[in-house]
Amino acid sequence: MGKEKELNITLKVWRQRGPQEKGAFETYQLEGISTESSFLEMLDVLNEKLVKERKEPVVFDHDCREGICGMCSLYINGHPHGKDQEVTTCQLHMRRFNDGDTITIEPWRSAAFPVIRDLMVDRSAFDKIMQAGGYTSVNTGGIPDANAIPIPKPVADEAMDAASCIGCGACVAACKNGSAMLFVSAKVSQLALLPQGKVEAAKRVKAMIAKMDELGFGNCTNTRACEAECPKAVSISNIARLNREFICAKLKD
Amino acid sequence: MSEKVKKIDSKIPEGPVAEKWTNYKAHQRLVNPKNKLKLDVIVVGTGLAGASAAASLGEMGFNVLNFCIQDSPRRAHSIAAQGGINAAKNYQNDGDSVYRLFYDTIKGGDYRAREANVYRLAEVSNSIIDQCVAQGVPFAREYGGLLDNRSFGGAQVSRTFYAKGQTGQQLLLGAYSALSRQVNKGTVKLYTRYEMLDVVIIEGRARGIIARNLVTGKIERFFGHAVVIGTGGYGNTYFLSTNAMGSNGSAAMQIYRKGAYFANPCYAQIHPTCIPVHGDIQSKLTLMSESLRNDGRIWVPKKLEDAKAIQEGRKTANDIPDEDRDFYLERRYPAFGNLVPRDVASRAAKERCDKGFGVNNTGLAVFLDFKYAIQRLGKDVVAQKYGNLFQMYEKITDENPYEVPMKIFPAIHYTMGGIWVDYELMTSIPGLFAIGEANFSDHGANRLGASALMQGLADGYFVLPYTIQNYLADQIQVPRMSTDLPEFVEAEKGVQDKINKLMSIQGSESVDSIHKRLGHIMWEYVGMGRTKEGLETAMKKLKELKKEFWSNVYIPGEANTLNTELEKALRLSDFLEIGYLMAIDGYNRNESCGGHFREEYQTEEGEALRQDDQYSYVACWKYTGENSDPELLKEPLDYEETERKTRNYKN
Repeated sequence: MGKEKELNITLKVWRQRGPQEKGAFETYQLEGISTESSFLEMLDVLNEKLVKERKEPVVFDHDCREGICGMCSLYINGHPHGKDQEVTTCQLHMRRFNDGDTITIEPWRSAAFPVIRDLMVDRSAFDKIMQAGGYTSVNTGGIPDANAIPIPKPVADEAMDAASCIGCGACVAACKNGSAMLFVSAKVSQLALLPQGKVEAAKRVKAMIAKMDELGFGNCTNTRACEAECPKAVSISNIARLNREFICAKLKD
Repeated sequence: MSEKVKKIDSKIPEGPVAEKWTNYKAHQRLVNPKNKLKLDVIVVGTGLAGASAAASLGEMGFNVLNFCIQDSPRRAHSIAAQGGINAAKNYQNDGDSVYRLFYDTIKGGDYRAREANVYRLAEVSNSIIDQCVAQGVPFAREYGGLLDNRSFGGAQVSRTFYAKGQTGQQLLLGAYSALSRQVNKGTVKLYTRYEMLDVVIIEGRARGIIARNLVTGKIERFFGHAVVIGTGGYGNTYFLSTNAMGSNGSAAMQIYRKGAYFANPCYAQIHPTCIPVHGDIQSKLTLMSESLRNDGRIWVPKKLEDAKAIQEGRKTANDIPDEDRDFYLERRYPAFGNLVPRDVASRAAKERCDKGFGVNNTGLAVFLDFKYAIQRLGKDVVAQKYGNLFQMYEKITDENPYEVPMKIFPAIHYTMGGIWVDYELMTSIPGLFAIGEANFSDHGANRLGASALMQGLADGYFVLPYTIQNYLADQIQVPRMSTDLPEFVEAEKGVQDKINKLMSIQGSESVDSIHKRLGHIMWEYVGMGRTKEGLETAMKKLKELKKEFWSNVYIPGEANTLNTELEKALRLSDFLEIGYLMAIDGYNRNESCGGHFREEYQTEEGEALRQDDQYSYVACWKYTGENSDPELLKEPLDYEETERKTRNYKN
């Protein structure tokens, strides 16, 4: 890979001690960052530098670093997970930046995701929505054979596309209303499409929407920012299905 | 090092291997529904094993406390498994059966796994697929609406179920949804961003844990009638691995220090298809799914001058004509070709690169080429099967695998070794269980692809929820204990003292810089090819590094608040110990088997040479103190059902 270059960059990073404390941007200079390194590896370099200077490192969530755990959550130059399409922050590479760039890094911006420290936010609201109904009510064991109910391939594929949501929260962060509709719709769609999930579809959609509203997420006004920023390209057509499921369920009440 | 042989009781039920599990279940003790409500079970970890166990135990009526270090149970690293999950369904009518899955797993593990456990694993594998489908896991399907399968290494049948290249994600989300349902019902209480820092032993039994709230820094005590460890493997000992950044072996080491045996620590799996290392500041290695070996062909140039030209950037893969390409796996292993098990494929890549045939600027890479599959199947079919993996590769390397072959190299991926458990998945400490990758049990010296997901879910859904009752049946008279008991106080003090000591060092080396040095020692001396001298060097260097860590590490900030450097330092302190255990175990095991390759023990063709007469045992290491070497105990491995052979993937 002979295309490697080195960049000198300026970072403006949001620093905030705790949820109740006032935050501010701090400016840092980094030199000689390899274009082959990932964005988070660049932050590792920053943190090593800070530790060497006996300062506290920048706190940010990250884990798998291969785009699937949904833990990383940075707002980079005004975009969740940066400007690239269909990547998580950990998959963003420094080759997408130029020498001399200034990069602004903020935490997810949403009332439902309060800052814990610096760039780390509390996304437990997503777990609460899942707990309200994001499942099929089956216990372990005593299940009929997996091939007992054939599922048309296009349906299974569509369910899989919805199920590819990683629960990172970029949709909420991107939305001017702070809506969690794309996240909720991905789970509702996946389960409503499959015969195993259809059984409780009506109950599920009502419970998840009610919980979503209760937790302070905003409404959907079809700006499609969520779809544009989703690292897994979860389609907004899931929101249409969610609305349909919800209305049908409510009509039966 | 003591060579004293102590008999270890693995509690394997009597009877023919195919009847053991049925017999066990028929005769084990159970806990009635009312008594279940009185029993607390702590489950540490929310990966496939932890989440499925916590959910299943909650459904049964136990009162479950479930802990994870991430912000949500859904982040556990099981989520990153790409390729698939094995089961003996024989949906493809290609001759699969429970026995064949059992046999392949035993053989794949190089005859170093326990037969009874592996048979049970194969037996319950089919129920896992049923369970996941019922949860709404969107497995890949054929046009007729039935489930699709693909092949994985070490098998001649197609028994791998998959959901695109995101099977682990879908299975974990299935377990997570079952867990969420129990949280909603109140049977499971979730503790996210909590890290276990010690186990509490009262009168010889596990009775709780000490955990640190990672947001507040507060140390807290939790009681349980039983404790289940599902915290994954210790591959991050090598710093660079395919594990998540937070994956660690600390829970395993905490219970090891309290008397649980650590089994076969040297069995680490090096996965053959990972994206090669790019530089010093690299933080992790990314795996490319083994499923790619279904259709990708692995090669290096036949001629050294071509390899040199590629290394120097004067030629590319596409400049090398087919007749000058060495498809070395197909050449060496005609029967299995590119689908040989992982250890075999990794060593074959190393052998070619050691001889100078490597294909990137570091000389540490081989090609994985889809040109032939695209010619045969068309680009669309290839894209449908592997599209997301190709996209992932391109994002990292900026190269398009539809046009140029992928460059891959082996990397640490999985650890077969782990906490010793008996047939009931109980460690050597009563009331303390270990499940999933955290235990040592089912994969022997090498794990086959798509078997980790199978084992994690087998343990969590279908094994532990049964076996734990055999223990808890005794405990129904035991009231919930106060966490003010002296054992809790003392355990918490131990944790606090360790943290205080770490914080007070105020040296000059960052945690990561020491961890990287640990990684270099491990990869160099306890990596793909090990020698007696190398392992001696490793042990010496690891002792020095441990000393340096404890005298020169620097942790900024304070302990009683969120402190990511302190979290890393606590984990590193345990990785340093695990590295030593791996080295001493590898040093003791004078043979090559599976992922453990001692260069002194190989056939003329460079294949692993086992020493069955001397090493057909599980090496169980018992902690003897901070400054002394561990004691070796042996659990003999008896093979009643399978005949031990030299693994043959050639014909």
